[in-house]
Amino acid sequence: MSGTFVGMPAFPEAAREAVGDRTLRANLRHATHTIRAKRAAAVAEVSDWAQLREAGKRIKDHTLRRLDHYLVQLEEAVTAAGGTVHWAADADEANRIVAALVKETGESDLVKVKSMATQEIGLNEALEAEGIRAYETDLAELIVQLGRDRPSHILVPAIHRNRGEIRDIFAREMSAWGRPAPEGLTDTPAELAEAARLHLREKFLRAKVGISGANFMVAETGTLVVVESEGNGRMCLTLPETLISVVGIEKIVPTWRDLEVFLQTLPRSSTAERMNPYTSTWTGTTDGDGPRTFHLVLLDNGRTDTLADEVGRQALRCIRCSACLNVCPVYERAGGHAYGSVYPGPIGAILSPQLRGTGSEIDASLPYASSLCGACYEVCPVAIDIPEVLVHLRERVVQGGPVTREGNKVVVKPAKGHAAERAAMRAARWAFGRPGALRAGQRLASRTRGLHPRTLPGPGRAWSASRDLPAVPAEPFRDWWQRTNGGTADGTSGEGAAK
Amino acid sequence: MRVALFLTCVNDTLYPDTGRAVVKLLTRLGVEVDFPMAQTCCGQAHYNTGYRHEAEPLARHFSDVFAEYEAIVTPSGSCGAMVRELYPRMGERARAEGRGDTLAATLAPVVPKTYELTEFLVDVLRVTDVGAYYPHKVTYHPTCHGLRGLGLGDRPRRLLRAVAGLELVELPGADECCGFGGTFALKNSDVSAAMGADKVRNAESTGAEVLCAADNSCLMHIGGTMTRLESGMRPVHIAEILASTKEGPAS
Ligand code: SF4
Repeated sequence: MSGTFVGMPAFPEAAREAVGDRTLRANLRHATHTIRAKRAAAVAEVSDWAQLREAGKRIKDHTLRRLDHYLVQLEEAVTAAGGTVHWAADADEANRIVAALVKETGESDLVKVKSMATQEIGLNEALEAEGIRAYETDLAELIVQLGRDRPSHILVPAIHRNRGEIRDIFAREMSAWGRPAPEGLTDTPAELAEAARLHLREKFLRAKVGISGANFMVAETGTLVVVESEGNGRMCLTLPETLISVVGIEKIVPTWRDLEVFLQTLPRSSTAERMNPYTSTWTGTTDGDGPRTFHLVLLDNGRTDTLADEVGRQALRCIRCSACLNVCPVYERAGGHAYGSVYPGPIGAILSPQLRGTGSEIDASLPYASSLCGACYEVCPVAIDIPEVLVHLRERVVQGGPVTREGNKVVVKPAKGHAAERAAMRAARWAFGRPGALRAGQRLASRTRGLHPRTLPGPGRAWSASRDLPAVPAEPFRDWWQRTNGGTADGTSGEGAAK
Repeated sequence: MRVALFLTCVNDTLYPDTGRAVVKLLTRLGVEVDFPMAQTCCGQAHYNTGYRHEAEPLARHFSDVFAEYEAIVTPSGSCGAMVRELYPRMGERARAEGRGDTLAATLAPVVPKTYELTEFLVDVLRVTDVGAYYPHKVTYHPTCHGLRGLGLGDRPRRLLRAVAGLELVELPGADECCGFGGTFALKNSDVSAAMGADKVRNAESTGAEVLCAADNSCLMHIGGTMTRLESGMRPVHIAEILASTKEGPAS
């Protein structure tokens, strides 16, 4: 994925800083709680939400099972409509294809509408290395780009910034990228939006090349779909002469009619709107209207490998609504950057270690970046059982096992640093397999209870740095049970015994 | 009716009062309780940390110990969810790995018979007023696995509302995780502690004396945070509240 995330530390270290950053935590808390409540209300309005969720899940599962078929159908339809389809196996290939297409136009500036796929492959950086400058035009993306920052949320990439910070970024940076911010800019939303509008308008009117992603691709018609709130995406899609869309292969749906389901579930789950303000669809090229040239770059980058995993493949159903981020208590405290990927939060925790493998420190730690509370599964509009996949990936981290990499079956080794834990788990299993051993351990703990500290050294320090341990009781339950014959020996049903 | 008490390894070792309370409560309601001495651990910590293969023998042991009983009652939402939700999944995974149906068949008998305590009271015994007396202001934290894994819904609240003398106050952000999450509390201790502190602050804002839940693991985390933050509140397992009477108040 994006080069900007290479060499990230493991999640716990990355999260520590965020947990201690009061402004960041307040920004995140405010934003996620607001959208959380709105989403719940928007979902509650729909009487058949459970059925819509099930339908979305089934459409996606069906499509993923026959992905090869639908992709070929899509390619035929796009070609018939006057577009050109390119297949990219990984990030490098996708970046090379796009850079070559831009160079063919002779342009060195282009406009972009927010696209997760291009962030995933680090397209902006790759283009810059070729002397091509890509201007982000989604408002939040613009804030991230101007702030030389990284996105921290799927839908609201600048969620970690408040209005004051945005005003400062605009005032400081806009001039280096084009039209400067107006004099005396304040932090009122209307003024900030107007500053961005004026700045971007110039770019739209000049741009000859546009780059987009897509929320959906319809196999039967070769149509691409973008849903958005600002209309900036629509400008990117219609004004330039050349349009290049970079889309992950899992974004496909078989028929136009399938959109019916997702155009209901996506806006309600993401922005808590009944319908998103702008839905743009485009099919190849049309004489006298829109771009003269249209290219579709279909991106694999680990998706086919992910599809080979029967538990993990459900992550490919994701429609990037970000509902799981907004309800996640871990995301709320750790912030998006700690996940080391353009896909933060619960979906990032299961998607990144599959797309990239569990080889790096950050990827091996992501499956543990969850308390398994299940809130993400509950809100997910395509019913991805994120906790199930997390546990599945934890198994891969601690035990290794067979995975598919670049189409080949390989066996990965356990990640480093789990030897002590594995030994402890084995020992616990041994003791729990033998009631006598468990009992001996309990008795030893009870007999030495006066010696137990309430805080711990070594690996337990992490626990006792912020919490006290419970005191060990004088007698474990099973000893009491035996001594009092199930609480009957002293004539009561347990009350008062062995205090 | 004769039921087996599956107390869980954590309660057996650290919270025997909860076990005694369950025995007292169920006996009062006319249920004959047995505690099979061979019981140990359901394997949840192993499973959830990624050691599914280490969890399998524990699950088999659980089935061996409990299969013969009419019902298995546990005062732990998360261990209850382990048996009900995850044992079938372990069976499925073994099958998918080409190991046949043996594991699934071994675990199947205990799955539908395992009940979390409040579920057993409301759904099987069909009582909500268990004749308890507990003159305190209480707030209830629905733990994640009880809430979303088992779908306990408002059963615990209905039981609490029927307790004489008890004033139940709603906990703001009740459905949010307390941050325990088993080994999560160790592996991501900063985030876990921040979640715990927020839970305690929300609980304090209710003015309750007691925070109650149906899982001592979460209460251990919340309670440990309470003492560290010098909060005046106490964590209490719901079984101890429901077992409490005028004559025999909870400790
Ligand atoms: S995993 Fe589900 S909830 Fe999360 S972004 Fe994807 S579709 Fe939305």
